Amino acid sequence: MDLSVLSTASELSSLGARSPRWRPGLLCAAHSEMFACGDEGGGIAAALALALDGLRERLGQRSVLWVQDAASLKLNGRPYRPGLPTELRRRIIHVAAPKPEDALFALEEGLRCRDLACVIGEISGNPKALDFTASRRLTLTAERHGVPLFLVRHDAKRDLSSARMRWQVRSTASPPPRWNAEAPGPAAWHAELFRARTHAPGEWILRDDGHVLAADRPAAQARTPDHGDLAAAAGGRSLAAS
Amino acid sequence: MAIWLPRLAVDRWRQVEGCRRGEGTDTAPTALISETAHGQMIEAVNDAGLAMGARPGMTVADARTLYPWLRVTPSDPAGDRAFLERLAVWAQRWGPQAALDAPDGLLIDVSAVAHLFGGEAALLADVEARFAAREVTARAAIAPTAGAAWALGHHGPGGAILAPGEDIEARLAQLPVAALRLDPDVQLVLRRLGLKRLSDLTGINREALKRRFRNRSPQANPLLRLDQLLGRVSEPLLPVVVVAPALVQRRLLEPIRHRELLDQVVTDLAADMAHELERRGEGARRLELGLWRVDDDVAIRSLELAAATREPAHIARLFAAKLDDVDAGFGIELVRMRATWAEPLAIVQADLDGKAEEPGTTLATCIDRLTVRLGAAAVRRPVPYASHIPERAQRWQAPLAPEPASQEELAFHFRPLKLLEKPEKIAVLYASPDGYPRQFRWRGGLHEVVRVEGPERIAPEWWREKGNTRLRDYYRIEDTTGRRYWIYRAGLANDGRGGAPDWFLQGLCG
Repeated sequence: MDLSVLSTASELSSLGARSPRWRPGLLCAAHSEMFACGDEGGGIAAALALALDGLRERLGQRSVLWVQDAASLKLNGRPYRPGLPTELRRRIIHVAAPKPEDALFALEEGLRCRDLACVIGEISGNPKALDFTASRRLTLTAERHGVPLFLVRHDAKRDLSSARMRWQVRSTASPPPRWNAEAPGPAAWHAELFRARTHAPGEWILRDDGHVLAADRPAAQARTPDHGDLAAAAGGRSLAAS
Repeated sequence: MAIWLPRLAVDRWRQVEGCRRGEGTDTAPTALISETAHGQMIEAVNDAGLAMGARPGMTVADARTLYPWLRVTPSDPAGDRAFLERLAVWAQRWGPQAALDAPDGLLIDVSAVAHLFGGEAALLADVEARFAAREVTARAAIAPTAGAAWALGHHGPGGAILAPGEDIEARLAQLPVAALRLDPDVQLVLRRLGLKRLSDLTGINREALKRRFRNRSPQANPLLRLDQLLGRVSEPLLPVVVVAPALVQRRLLEPIRHRELLDQVVTDLAADMAHELERRGEGARRLELGLWRVDDDVAIRSLELAAATREPAHIARLFAAKLDDVDAGFGIELVRMRATWAEPLAIVQADLDGKAEEPGTTLATCIDRLTVRLGAAAVRRPVPYASHIPERAQRWQAPLAPEPASQEELAFHFRPLKLLEKPEKIAVLYASPDGYPRQFRWRGGLHEVVRVEGPERIAPEWWREKGNTRLRDYYRIEDTTGRRYWIYRAGLANDGRGGAPDWFLQGLCG
């Protein structure tokens, strides 16, 4: 499907106050969390797309640190270079941490490094080591050094965290590709922002065509009352997290 | 470049006697002799002796019968050897590395050096002039390999140069087999076989020669020597001057048993090491810390760094993480730090634009810290590898190592974002055995396939795998909830390589 017919993220943001509140500049929050099912690649793919959306022009020669703990490595597999976005193929430095504690250490060391464009993390479940203190530590380090962190939480409950943006992500039906209508099309994800500090929550369908991250309101939501408005009426308090 | 000193013993004897060529003692026919099991043998003869007819290899008794006025002097192999070593050190003027080629030759690595002397011909002229000034007979030759240079120096025309582009084999074809630096008995075997020149050796079937010469040592195997000569196998030079690694140590008056003191000593050593490395203009890549205990036990901790560094705080911090399991016993009395691998690292001016003051570490520092805690096998970078099989098409290497040259990936086929560590078996429902999958069960969940593309057929790599390996048909599928996977069927229904084909899920797509 040709993504140019869709409104891009920046166009959506300028549509008016009642339209989906989407400002891509804010997406590069210092610390984002994506909750996703460990049996699909949607969580990590959306994390990479969001990271690239904010960083594509500013990547320079910098590398990207990708940290996985052993459980998520087993559950969700290893990054596969030929399938990665082209901009990232040469930049990935992969860390396979045996324990969640080691993964947190690696994440923090990565955030301290000024030569990294961003840090991608994958942690499976709700390990004891990743409590509120640990997440606060990560947030503060990321904000101090200006290296954004995208942490994918596989099969995790929505625990306490100080992440600036928290998403629930799942794969969704892809738009039909141009040539073969029977084939799966370009990737699409259903992303629900359920907690954010500077942004009202909402739901979007995200699609990455390799240049821009296009956002669209979910079709089902057009028929039901707009949750975004409810959230705004609730004074920015997230409904989904409660 | 190979330099052959054919008259080394005589030249040195003349220098010891303190006379010039053809003057003083050298006017009398003289032979240098050694004691052997067969009596006294002549080792070398001076010019006057040669003119008279004495030859090396004669017994003294024979020579005396023919030439009663021949003077004899005992030879001095040890002195000759020491003289050759001094010459080798001196010969480093022509190249960074010089090696002895006992008993009477030198090998000098002159790669990328000749232009400093105005070309290879000028370099050889310089060598000849310098040796002539020392009154030492020398024959030099330059070739791309040490073996070829040796062969040209000993058996080729004087001052021969073999340019890198030239065909070594053709140029050296007419040289005798003695040019291969073989043991005398092997040369004898070759002579008896009628193989006299290098072209004779290259002209016959290699397999036949291989059967006769099975010895692994190069001196006894003409094929190995031929390969060295042609540059097919490498031949290391043992340099005459070995560069000593940077080494600092602290002897402790009072053996230390406590961690804080040890940390202090390591910090001091790291500062010393930084000074030493700075003096040499180097940065350490591998460091070794040895802790000698009072009761003669040694603990060694080594450290490998992602990039050359001489930052004392960084080194001390990395070692501190490695000292947790050191057992001090009755105390540590000697701590020594050695840089076993160092790379040139220029002294740089402190950063003026304030980048160094920026918070945060450099990439190399970050990787060092990760490697020290998690091990080198945990911090790696994926690199492409030439293979059709998806899991083999990617390899892992050290993060800062240069990427190996490879063909750019072809974008014909879809590849998934992530590969599972091992393809996981799935139970698949299909309409026909070689048709599209309809439904599959994986990790306890049922997935209904709504959209599918494929197959992409990947044949087994017969040059790596067993003959009964089955081909793979890859399908890219999407299920009802929109999850996209990469699955394959191993084999075909009637390919004669096992029963009904199994299905596997290998990749997760975005």
